[in-house]
Amino acid sequence: MPVTQFKNCRILRDHELVREDLWVENGRIINPEELFYVQKRPPAFQVDCRGSIVAPGFIDVQINGGFGYDFSFDEDKTEEAVSVVARGLLAHGVTSFLPTVITSTPETYRKVLPRLNKRPGGEDGAGVLGAHLEGPFISREKKGAHPVQHIRPLEKGFETVKEVYGCLDNVAMVTLAPELENACDAVEGLTERGIVVSTGHSAGSIMDGERAFKSGARFMTHLFNAMTKFHHRDPGIIGMLTSKRLPLHELYYGIISDGIHTHPAALRIAYKTHPNGLCLVTDAVAPMGLGSGRHHIGDMDVVIEGERALIEGTDTLCGSIVTMDGCIRHFMHSARCTTVEALEAASLHPATALGITAQKGTLEYGSDADFVMLSDDVFVRATYIAGRQVFAAPGQAFIHEPVQ
Amino acid sequence: MDLRVLESVQRRWTKRVTGMSGLNYRARLRVLNQYSVQGLPRDHPESYHSYMWNHLFKHIDIHPENVNLLDGTCSDLEAECARYEAKIAEAGGIELFMGGIGPDGHVAFNEPGSSLVSRTRVKTLNQDTIQANARFFDNDISKVPTRALTVGVGTVMDANEVLILITGQHKAYALHQAIEEGVNHMWTVSAFQQHPKTIMVCDEDATLELKVKTVKYFKELWSVHSKQIDDPVAFESTRHG
Repeated sequence: MPVTQFKNCRILRDHELVREDLWVENGRIINPEELFYVQKRPPAFQVDCRGSIVAPGFIDVQINGGFGYDFSFDEDKTEEAVSVVARGLLAHGVTSFLPTVITSTPETYRKVLPRLNKRPGGEDGAGVLGAHLEGPFISREKKGAHPVQHIRPLEKGFETVKEVYGCLDNVAMVTLAPELENACDAVEGLTERGIVVSTGHSAGSIMDGERAFKSGARFMTHLFNAMTKFHHRDPGIIGMLTSKRLPLHELYYGIISDGIHTHPAALRIAYKTHPNGLCLVTDAVAPMGLGSGRHHIGDMDVVIEGERALIEGTDTLCGSIVTMDGCIRHFMHSARCTTVEALEAASLHPATALGITAQKGTLEYGSDADFVMLSDDVFVRATYIAGRQVFAAPGQAFIHEPVQ
Repeated sequence: MDLRVLESVQRRWTKRVTGMSGLNYRARLRVLNQYSVQGLPRDHPESYHSYMWNHLFKHIDIHPENVNLLDGTCSDLEAECARYEAKIAEAGGIELFMGGIGPDGHVAFNEPGSSLVSRTRVKTLNQDTIQANARFFDNDISKVPTRALTVGVGTVMDANEVLILITGQHKAYALHQAIEEGVNHMWTVSAFQQHPKTIMVCDEDATLELKVKTVKYFKELWSVHSKQIDDPVAFESTRHG
């Protein structure tokens, strides 16, 4: 199969940006020494990356919709919604995502879930790794924007989970409140199925969180938002970040770094406390990507002003409209972390949390060739999935020169 | 061989070579390596394959078929050596041999006591060489390979041009033996006194064991030396030939 050599770039490898070429064959990243010494083949194409940073493709594990579509409310247009969002995400360096469905009815789950198939990414859009089901087993007090009438308890633990959701085949992640009765049974059942359980929308205590972790819950949903406020005598589940009872290297948490949903100081506290577990998420809603002005989404009138989306006529935020590359830049600016740390928070960490680092989230030999070419200030120049260019920013043509 | 010397020269050479237009996959540059340590797999980080990939090959567009390395892992080492000699002959002989020396004056792995007309063969490394290489193996002597395949002194003498790089005080005595004493198989680099076209490139420290007269002579030839290269660099050179 033809080999492409990406030259003149700095790649993210082993937690560093190194001046190395990236070699791709048949949709995967390959070891050039093996190609050179054993197969004795030169590359078929070379690409001059013009000094770009090459990072693994970004992974968004919490996104409710975008570009006018919502995965929870557009239950009759699921395929269209996934298609449009997947395509739109490419411009922001996202190569894989979890379409997120908020608290809904069993009927909605039965309609929507079978259509949120896991699928590889490509020219048509970012890949779907599975659905993220946020709710309905959450705390009524910490519902955020979820419809309170559909919130329900876990009467029979994991049995209830199966009854409400129906088929779990397309599910990659579930958010639930750990303090609910029978939560641990639900966590165990889901974890055994290979589904990542995340604690969130919770009024629980640190002990509730630790119990859930011990049952298998390895993730936390949008840290700080919709959870017990941190108090120095009662840290809530936020306290898990420094728990001495848990193997912290296994705990991951999402955080929305749009500069709005999390105060920069809070972002810094999280980063300084447990940097390796930090995963950037957008938690973006339907108006994301639509640009400034008035929009009518579902039955809501929304006004986008700059980086904020407000319910028309109010000062109420109706959700985040940040993009993943925007999150990375905000994070770097607020936490004053390194470029490598910020890029890993959008790639390596979510991939590790999902247990898919063999294929995604790194540029190691053998992994899928999903990567992003970035400028030094982390703006997307081009996005590649399985070694093929699926997006190029205006004026950023990267030519694949055939080798003579 | 002092790998750091080779490294710094290769860096400069790679820069010049990669800066040259016209060096593409059709270029007739062919590279053959001097030696390979027995038993080290190709993908070991201290193998010669890894070294050459990281310091030269990955920086230039050279066709893999134009690269030849001795294989230290094959089962019939003698056949491998014969194959290599044949490969050199098939390529039309060596145009330029470039390498450094050990503190004991060895070239490639032609340890003291090697025949000066030797060909590519298996050699047992001596203690000095093993000690010097321990730093690449976590300073664990037991991990350092003890045998190597190497081109012979005779093999190198057949090259059109020989370029030897000698830097640092620890090589100074070897340089003295190389050019101020006789041809002696205990200092195999001295064999090049009988080669028609040898250049030895060294720094100030490497000349510390030479007679002042010798160093003066070559320094005063700087105007001649500088014509050898397009961009004269501020190091001393000793020319022999």
